[in-house]
Amino acid sequence: MRVLAAMSGGVDSAVAAARAVEAGHDVVGVHLALSRMPGTLRTGSRGCCTIEDSRDAWRACDILGIPYYVWDFSERFKEDVVDDFIAEYAAGRTPNPCMRCNERIKFAALLEKAIALGFDAVCTGHYATVIEDDDGNRELHRAADWAKDQSYVLGVLTGEQLRHSMFPLAATPSKAEVRAEAEQRGLSVAKKPDSHDICFIPDGDTRGWLAEQIEMREGDVVDDSGSKVGSHEGANAFTVGQRRGLNLGTPAPDGKPRFVLEVRPKENEVVVGPERMLNIDLMRGIKVSWCGLPPAEADVLSRTDRVSAEFDCRAQVRAHGDPVAATGRVELDDAGLEELVVTLVEPMRGVAPGQTVVIYQGTRVLGQATIDSARSTERAGAVTAAG
Amino acid sequence: MKQSVYLDHAATTPLVAEAMAVLTEELSRSGNPSSLHGSGRRARRVVEDAREALAAAAGAHPSEVIFTSGGTEADNLALKGLYWARRAADPRRNKILVPAIEHHAVADTVEWLAAHEGAELVDIPVDADGVVSLDALRTELEADAALEQPRIALVTVMWANNEVGTVEPIADVVEMAHGCSVPVHSDAVQAFGSIPVSFAASGLDSMAISGHKIGGPVGVGALLLGRSVAVTPVQHGGGQERDVRSGTLDTASIAAFAAAATAAVDHLPAESARIAALRQRLTEGVAAAVPEARLRGRPDPENDGGRLPGNAHFTFPGCEGDSLLFLLDAAGIETSTGSACTAGVPRPSHVLLAMGLDEDTARGVQRFSLGHSSSEADVDALLAALPEAYTRAKQAGMAGHMSSIRTAGTGR
Repeated sequence: MRVLAAMSGGVDSAVAAARAVEAGHDVVGVHLALSRMPGTLRTGSRGCCTIEDSRDAWRACDILGIPYYVWDFSERFKEDVVDDFIAEYAAGRTPNPCMRCNERIKFAALLEKAIALGFDAVCTGHYATVIEDDDGNRELHRAADWAKDQSYVLGVLTGEQLRHSMFPLAATPSKAEVRAEAEQRGLSVAKKPDSHDICFIPDGDTRGWLAEQIEMREGDVVDDSGSKVGSHEGANAFTVGQRRGLNLGTPAPDGKPRFVLEVRPKENEVVVGPERMLNIDLMRGIKVSWCGLPPAEADVLSRTDRVSAEFDCRAQVRAHGDPVAATGRVELDDAGLEELVVTLVEPMRGVAPGQTVVIYQGTRVLGQATIDSARSTERAGAVTAAG
Repeated sequence: MKQSVYLDHAATTPLVAEAMAVLTEELSRSGNPSSLHGSGRRARRVVEDAREALAAAAGAHPSEVIFTSGGTEADNLALKGLYWARRAADPRRNKILVPAIEHHAVADTVEWLAAHEGAELVDIPVDADGVVSLDALRTELEADAALEQPRIALVTVMWANNEVGTVEPIADVVEMAHGCSVPVHSDAVQAFGSIPVSFAASGLDSMAISGHKIGGPVGVGALLLGRSVAVTPVQHGGGQERDVRSGTLDTASIAAFAAAATAAVDHLPAESARIAALRQRLTEGVAAAVPEARLRGRPDPENDGGRLPGNAHFTFPGCEGDSLLFLLDAAGIETSTGSACTAGVPRPSHVLLAMGLDEDTARGVQRFSLGHSSSEADVDALLAALPEAYTRAKQAGMAGHMSSIRTAGTGR
């Protein structure tokens, strides 16, 4: 196969590319230039995806003996990921930009270009497993190493995208093994630290970065009954479940810490309350996608009542969160679009609108949806994004 | 592995036999040309022979040759050195007249002077072929000369552009600037060895040239600096080169550079005609294979001095230059999207934008540059591979376009 290895400059993608080469594929390394600094003649200037990362990826390709290119996706990245990130926060939601990047950049813009240029698949260093059933349909499963499993951030891939995806690190028992393998292969990135945080916010200060992008106005922090308990410098910088940085003047009646329960961008209000009020037992998700074939019970189009049968699953709402037992069903909204309704067997904490709920059966990823609203067991109303 | 077809002589050239012979011979010897003993004297002799040979090839006096590590260092020394010297003589002289099509070695140097040394950059516009506007230059110079205290420190204009191959009217630039007592530097890295270049006849105050663009080794170049032109040194040390450039001289590279320069200039009339004929074959072939492709820069089909004979530079509509480069590379044909850049990040060329092209057009760029090792077979191999590469690159489309792959987020 002709394989395009997306090379971040990190150890995972380097080892993934090495394995693809060793498997006999015709591999080409591509580093994605995702951001640029405007207003300078310099062709090489960029904010993130540093020049050092680019050089590390280049060096890895040299050692593997494969060609290396840098492709510019900065314009698409800005529109599909960065602007979307800002718009979601502005609407009071908490997006996951890494999933958005997988969905629209790595496995859409890059994949489409790769296919047009004659490649069969895009290979990345994600820890997840793709298997094929007897009919050739592809399924996405968790990686062998659950601690490193990244099936969550790939849960947004469709069957079509999976058909052109290759994750050679799937069966690796541990990250330590990948580093050892890199060392043994002479890859200089073997000891390079893992990347964290959001790549386009280099210093990790999401709130400070957002404050430069979204107009922040001072507003009230209120409790569940609507009484003012403090003030904030802009509601959009807050995330449901957040505890730090609230600076509340009025102490809670029970003296316990308070958490953000809801962000109301229209009213520029942040609602806070005790931890137990973060418990969620029902989520409604939009922008549903299925990671391969959907479960038979999820078929909603043949139902006259616009509600599918229920199916057992496990729901996960963050990259390294624990999945919880749930039942799922699909409903059609007024526009005829699918909505995923997930009812949790045990309540879950810290669910923010805008987050992605990925649903599993066993190790298999069924699909995902963007959480539009979540119902609290303790609070009367639903936590919704004001959108 | 099959032999690749090299169409990137503007990036670097293979060593010519003359340079290879001298280089390998000198590498086996030792001696610091500044030492006073026998091996030092022997090395000094080689360096000074090379200096005379290079001066003869470039139409300069030997004392005007300052050996450097390459074109970039020569540009830095000339621009910073001239700027500092001129400003030291009169602190009000802080303006640098510079077109937007300069190589990074010049563009980034003057930008640095603007950011750190108080320089004020004045753009000299270029036309759609990349030729600097002499009218604009004259206007700036005359307005400045009319001031009680003129403020222009220097003018810098490249002799020939590295991307589109356009040859600039250096003689006119020098005449105008000197009429206003303003010194002129020129980056002649692409021009020297490719078209007739005489430092003396040009009247330039300084001129940068490089070894590896003319069949010499990488890592050696020279600044030709008029004897009466004052520059402030950039790097300090032993003052080996006229007290203006410090660092032990690289005898082997300098000798090989001079040998390559001599060979290039000796063969120039014949090689220029041969390479221009190949270029013509290439441009006609591209026009036939991909009629939508547009030649950029001055057309110059008769090779009468408007364009570097080895340069063929096209924009291919509806595709990314890096897609074309990738596909041609996969077919064994080595080309470029313009000037190589350190991080390898493809951005629309500042040269093409200065020539008035929009970003999308400027992205579909491909430069084919011929040189001493080029043959008809090279051109024909390109023409054979190009149509399919172009078709595929067009399918891959522009980087900015929205992917048509349907995903969760495209539903609503």
